[in-house]
Amino acid sequence: MDDLVKEFLVESNENLDRLDSELVKLESDPSSQELLSSIFRTIHTIKGSCGFLGLGKLERVAHAGESLLSHLRDGKITLTPELTSGLLAMVDAIRTILTEIQNTGQDGNEDYPDLIENLTRLQQSRQTMSSEQQQHSVQYESKESPAEQGTAEPKFPPVPGKIGELLVERGFVSPEDLASALQEQAHSRDATAETIRVDVHLLDRLMNLVGELVLTRNQITQFSARQSDPTFISSTQHLNLLTSELQEEVMKTRMQPISNVFDKFPRVVRDVAIGCGKQVQIEMEGKETELDKSLLEAIKDPLTHIVRNSVDHGIETPDQRVARGKRPEGHLKLRACHEGGQVVIEISDDGAGIDTVRVKNKALERGLITPQQATHMSERELLNLIFLPGFSTAEKVTNLSGRGVGMDVVKTNIDRVNGSVDLQSTPGKGTMIKIKIPLTLAIVRAVIVQSAGKRFAIPQVSIQELVRLDGDHVRMDVELVHGVPVYRMRGRLLPLVYLTQELGLRKDAHGEREQEEAINIVVLQADDHLFGLVVDEINDSEEIVVKPLSKQLRGIKVFAGATIMGDGRVALILDVVGLAQGASILAEVRDRAVTEKPVESLEKEAEKQTFLLFAGPDDARMALPLDTLARLEEFPASQVEKSGEEWVVQYRGKILPLIRLESVLEERRRRPRNAERKPQSDTSPMQVLVCHDEGQTIGLVVDQILDIVEDRADVKSPATRAGIQYAVVINEHVTELLDIPAIKRISKESCGVQIERAEVSN
Amino acid sequence: MAQPHQFCTFYLDKLMFGVELQKVQEVMRHLELTGIPLAPGVVSGLMNLRGQIVTAIDLRRRLELADRPEDMLPMNVVIRSADGAVSLLVDEIGDVVEVGDESFERPPETLQGKVREVILGVHKLDRHLMHVLDTDKACETVATATSMNRRLASTT
Repeated sequence: MDDLVKEFLVESNENLDRLDSELVKLESDPSSQELLSSIFRTIHTIKGSCGFLGLGKLERVAHAGESLLSHLRDGKITLTPELTSGLLAMVDAIRTILTEIQNTGQDGNEDYPDLIENLTRLQQSRQTMSSEQQQHSVQYESKESPAEQGTAEPKFPPVPGKIGELLVERGFVSPEDLASALQEQAHSRDATAETIRVDVHLLDRLMNLVGELVLTRNQITQFSARQSDPTFISSTQHLNLLTSELQEEVMKTRMQPISNVFDKFPRVVRDVAIGCGKQVQIEMEGKETELDKSLLEAIKDPLTHIVRNSVDHGIETPDQRVARGKRPEGHLKLRACHEGGQVVIEISDDGAGIDTVRVKNKALERGLITPQQATHMSERELLNLIFLPGFSTAEKVTNLSGRGVGMDVVKTNIDRVNGSVDLQSTPGKGTMIKIKIPLTLAIVRAVIVQSAGKRFAIPQVSIQELVRLDGDHVRMDVELVHGVPVYRMRGRLLPLVYLTQELGLRKDAHGEREQEEAINIVVLQADDHLFGLVVDEINDSEEIVVKPLSKQLRGIKVFAGATIMGDGRVALILDVVGLAQGASILAEVRDRAVTEKPVESLEKEAEKQTFLLFAGPDDARMALPLDTLARLEEFPASQVEKSGEEWVVQYRGKILPLIRLESVLEERRRRPRNAERKPQSDTSPMQVLVCHDEGQTIGLVVDQILDIVEDRADVKSPATRAGIQYAVVINEHVTELLDIPAIKRISKESCGVQIERAEVSN
Repeated sequence: MAQPHQFCTFYLDKLMFGVELQKVQEVMRHLELTGIPLAPGVVSGLMNLRGQIVTAIDLRRRLELADRPEDMLPMNVVIRSADGAVSLLVDEIGDVVEVGDESFERPPETLQGKVREVILGVHKLDRHLMHVLDTDKACETVATATSMNRRLASTT
């Protein structure tokens, strides 16, 4: 194929991608002249190039679009969804033609008469309103003639400057605008002059070569450490420096922002949403996150699939949403960031979520799991069943189903680049899919550690600090919490994980700890959690080339890959997150994240709150916002005294009135409670929440304090009894949120003046 | 239909095995291995094959034969798989043999267990029986439910 055509194809395809997202953006911001001009320019360029290359059909399509766009730009017509769809259809048609050209060298047989007619109709529909209509159609005709002839006899575009002058002449733009626009154009020309197109394969080869160079450099560095020749040593140092720089620069050549993929999604979302009658708003974050081009390619399809699925199956129709108390407009969020040497991409929606019961039943029905397995599976495991091939909860006719169509393809694709897919879903609230892609192609800085005579590399990005304890500190500073070793680091307890134990290299790590003279702790961060990894030795840090593990070993979560060391031997790279999961550092957190994360990412307006969870009467789950609480206290039952009708304790030199929840809350059970009995049995201490309310201090007696959790708690339902603000879902459990003023009121009603007396004493 | 096939042969516990020559990338003497904690038993470790990291699979274990005596260093038969090069650890390398279809027979029904899925059949040579190895199956070590399901789906 002609080089010129090839160039045209590459350029046009890039422009079309941009066009998609710009058109969708334009729909939400129809007045943006900047966007309009950019879109217009793109189509105009394509049309112009077609003339040169003799691609008549493509030119006619582009021309129809251009005419429509120029009307838009001049404000003759306003953007309607129909118009946007028309323009998008034009983009699709152009893309199809481009593919055709790429495959055959010709612009195909399809003439797209319907599309062109539609575009012309759209353009004329509002024109009748305009008084300038005549003038315009004339202008178009004159513009049209060179385009029409373009196929037979390529014409050159008009002499630059003319258009601008014309525009000023006719009063469309001011001379100032023209000047600034020209300046901008000149500037963009400069930018293109500084870039060249390079074949990706060339970059691949370059990257491989640099990888090998880094390995060789490492070997030479190691060798030079044993040499004494100063010239050799200084040359080695220089080589070292140059290699690092070279490597860094070469890596940069392959990096591309994730926006290259993300920017396609507004269009995808729009199309799918219109197709199934939904309203979806898309939000993107971290578009500038860079990752290797080949990885970008690898995740493009899976991501598109997930986004499509989210809109198609996840987000409900506006009616359903309103019925469920949500905004009619669904929210889809894409987020990308670098985390622990990986690229993390999150796709979350605030849709219906996944019904795990249905997932389970379907999996049983399809024989993907056994009933025994099913009973032991956690929510999380159940969710991940949808990644199994052949799994789909879709009763396909309805289309509104759980997800699952083709999710195995997503997983396979992500697996191929050694990434992982994780799914979290809260029924009724939404689903979040988290994709992690390790930087398999990258060269990373890693700390080399040794345990049981084996070397392992730990990516430096996950390492917070290194701690070495020797002498007495080994025994003093490593303590046990119910048999679990922890290290007191600056006043905080750091759970310790013994690498030898995690890897099954040595059995009794605790036993040996006693005899060891020193221990080395690598403080690691996995997700948001810190933990200490105890290793035998910490060696140097080194640049390593991360190579993926073969499929036989991919199931081992604690390894992220392997690398070749300076001495030519292979060392394994530890996966910090996998390690933390293996050691259950993350298990609990992650379970919590299931309920917490999707909410967090979806509902921005609802601030996350910290709640104290406790058990109220009859084992009711109850909560109070933590900021309403002053302290948690325990009083032995013997300290409780009766003052009139009220139970009180002496507390910090004052009298603290106690309110027993069971006496103020309306009973749920039929069985009558003995309201007169003492707050709790005499032997065990009472759990009291000390709260301040309007300058008054009261103590709430609860059965048991359960936990402190963070949650948005935005699934609310009205209270079913007095003294409760409302019922919320915290950590997936329905929890009653106490209404302290109401409780005080009820308590006052039932025991009269006593509280007032307590107030005085306060 | 006597289409000749070329096989690279090797020995494991005195049994003769063969893999199609086209699948063999190279044959190597023993290379140092880095053990992989937590790996399935049949995976012996990773080795550096000229800058490439290759997984080594102990065929003796894969075929449920007795472990190799400690003083015997295994040889590598490096084969090309869909997932890159994989090295099969064997006792001894034999010749390249050429056989026709007529000497081939399916494994006897009495051959049961895991081994059956790895051995495609045998070629009756003059003095030996050459077991024909299914290299794809031989490289498969984690026959978990997931991978089985995946395979099931890909075949249907």
